Amino acid sequence: MRHLKIYLILITSIGLLYACSKTEVIKPQTEEIRFVVPTNFPDAVYKFEGNTLTNTGFSLGKKLFYDVRLSADKTISCGSCHQQFAGFANLDHKVSHGVNNCLGKRNAPVLFNLAWQKEFFWDGGAKNLEIVPINAITDVCEMGTDLNTIVSFLNTTSPYPQLFKDAFGTEIVNSQNLLKALAQFTATMVSANSKYDKVMRNPQQNSFTADEQQGYQLFKEKCASCHSEPLFTNLNYTSNGLDLNSIDEGRKVITGLSSDKGKFRIPTLRNIELSSPYMHDGRFNSLEKVLEHYNSGVQHSENLDPSLIKSSQLGIPLSSIQKQQLISFLKTLTDDEFIKNKIFNEN
Amino acid sequence: MNIKNISILLFTLLTLGFTSCKKDEVINSKEKGSFTIEFENEVNGTPLVLNTQNYINANGDSFNISVFKYYVSNIKLTKTDGTIYSLPESYILVDASKPSSFLNIFKDIPSGDYTKISFIIGVDKERNLAGAQTGALDPALGMFWTWNSGYIFVKLEGTSPQSTATNKALTFHIGGIVDPNNTIRTFSTDFSTGNPLRIRADKSPQIHFTANAGSLFTGKQNISFANLNFTMGGANSVLIADNYAVNLFEFEHIHN
Ligand code: HEC
Ligand code: HEC
Repeated sequence: MRHLKIYLILITSIGLLYACSKTEVIKPQTEEIRFVVPTNFPDAVYKFEGNTLTNTGFSLGKKLFYDVRLSADKTISCGSCHQQFAGFANLDHKVSHGVNNCLGKRNAPVLFNLAWQKEFFWDGGAKNLEIVPINAITDVCEMGTDLNTIVSFLNTTSPYPQLFKDAFGTEIVNSQNLLKALAQFTATMVSANSKYDKVMRNPQQNSFTADEQQGYQLFKEKCASCHSEPLFTNLNYTSNGLDLNSIDEGRKVITGLSSDKGKFRIPTLRNIELSSPYMHDGRFNSLEKVLEHYNSGVQHSENLDPSLIKSSQLGIPLSSIQKQQLISFLKTLTDDEFIKNKIFNEN
Repeated sequence: MNIKNISILLFTLLTLGFTSCKKDEVINSKEKGSFTIEFENEVNGTPLVLNTQNYINANGDSFNISVFKYYVSNIKLTKTDGTIYSLPESYILVDASKPSSFLNIFKDIPSGDYTKISFIIGVDKERNLAGAQTGALDPALGMFWTWNSGYIFVKLEGTSPQSTATNKALTFHIGGIVDPNNTIRTFSTDFSTGNPLRIRADKSPQIHFTANAGSLFTGKQNISFANLNFTMGGANSVLIADNYAVNLFEFEHIHN
């Protein structure tokens, strides 16, 4: 049978192990955690070099991801802003909402297929998956703390020293192992089992509806130059004309080039149905509004992508039927198996 | 002969003895030895005292320094015959507030007479892009940018009455690896052939450098704190890096 196990493989455990401490129960990861490149995907960028993926490392990473005690006021974890049911984006939050009710300036992006990304954040400022979390940890408006505080908390809070020992062979916690554990968790999040993937990998047994198929054709014509398959982003930076004058300078913050002002990373569209609101500042709360933007709202921003300027017309003209077909197609990018995968669940 | 003359004679004999020994010495480069680099922080010739001491920059602006930290990495030693030995994993962070960081020992160096040293002021491109590091490169040491990820190569903070920033602050965080704002600079110096760095299994020579915090503000272009008092990467950081590339470090001497 050509049914491909392209995501984390579950091997049911024999007997559940519980490590107990006074205050909490830690359930070790009992399934075998693996990272497998889906057959319709290119090679991954993050290769777990110097950070061998292990069950203990992964489950430690997961525990850290969901531990609110890592934040300054002990209310916010990574999982507060990156929610599994929203593709690990932040549902209903235009911009991120951190400690002390502080509002950040950007929308929390989805977290999956991160192992294929070379750069992170809307402006590409972070250049290695392992170091990405430091920003959230230290941002006064996100977790509001610092690495030293977290490291000493982990060194003195049972059962962390033991968990670090299990994962990395030493119970002395340092920032490197903290970040490696988090990367084992985040890099392993792979979303590649949407209806779209099933159709692509096995067209004999899966097919699009007529609407979805129409939408797919339109998508390939009008959207795929930027939101390229199979990641649904070519990972470049450009402007899709949200504002004449972008308040957030975007990519320019990183490169210093005025030709990068107002450019943002082209986001993936996988699980897009679940990760509203949309755009770097979360300005649109529905896919209809996004498509209306492409149809009639594109502004002639100074660095507007040239492909969105066609003779006198800005943007991508779309009839209401076309919009509806596109949305039908976009919904085939929803990967329920990923969204409901217990491996990534807080539990 | 009085005592003094006798001691002079003895000294001369001993020295001659030593020198002739050296001539015949066979250096076994399979043997390994160690050496130490010591950095003495100063500002234009006077020792660096954090917070309390006032200094004058080349432009005539007065200032004091509360933070002075810098990376030195990728140390290379060149032998008399031109062969180069690159010290593996050589990353050091000197922090003016931590005297223990001034003395840095390097072990397992092949024996030999080395007449040149070079190093990067900062951190190489690869490690700027790498995953989580530890030791001198631990991002918890406050020398790592998270929003535009990479290391701060040289960090100087303080105040100046001429600064137009809030609280008259001076904030010079120099880093960045992408052209045209690449601030990786290399320093190299020759030692005299008469007194090279002699690495031997049974000795641990010391190299002394001064590190002049004042060098950030002169060299290629004098800095006026009214015009420039804040930089975290970008074109102004390049200006500062080009300045300190000229004379942040000065080789003083070697104790063999
Ligand atoms: C207060 C909300 C908040 C918290 C808490 C938070 N993040 Fe984020 N995260 C964001 C925002 C907002 C961005 C986008 C930042 C930007 O583009 O400037 C982001 C971006 C990321 C990215 C990059 C995604 C991409 O595609 O570029 C990763 C990975 C990530 N966060 C992981 C984590 C981890 C791990 C933690 C816990 C240590 C964490 N986040 C905590 C809001 C948050
Ligand atoms: C010229 C390149 C380009 C084209 C063509 C393009 N997009 Fe985009 N798209 C972008 C960029 C850039 C963003 C992010 C803009 C921002 O947040 O500032 C984006 C954002 C989006 C988002 C929001 C994603 C999120 O997670 O917030 C959706 C949905 C989207 N595009 C759908 C489409 C569809 C559907 C089409 C075709 C009709 C299309 N795009 C065509 C560049 C493009």
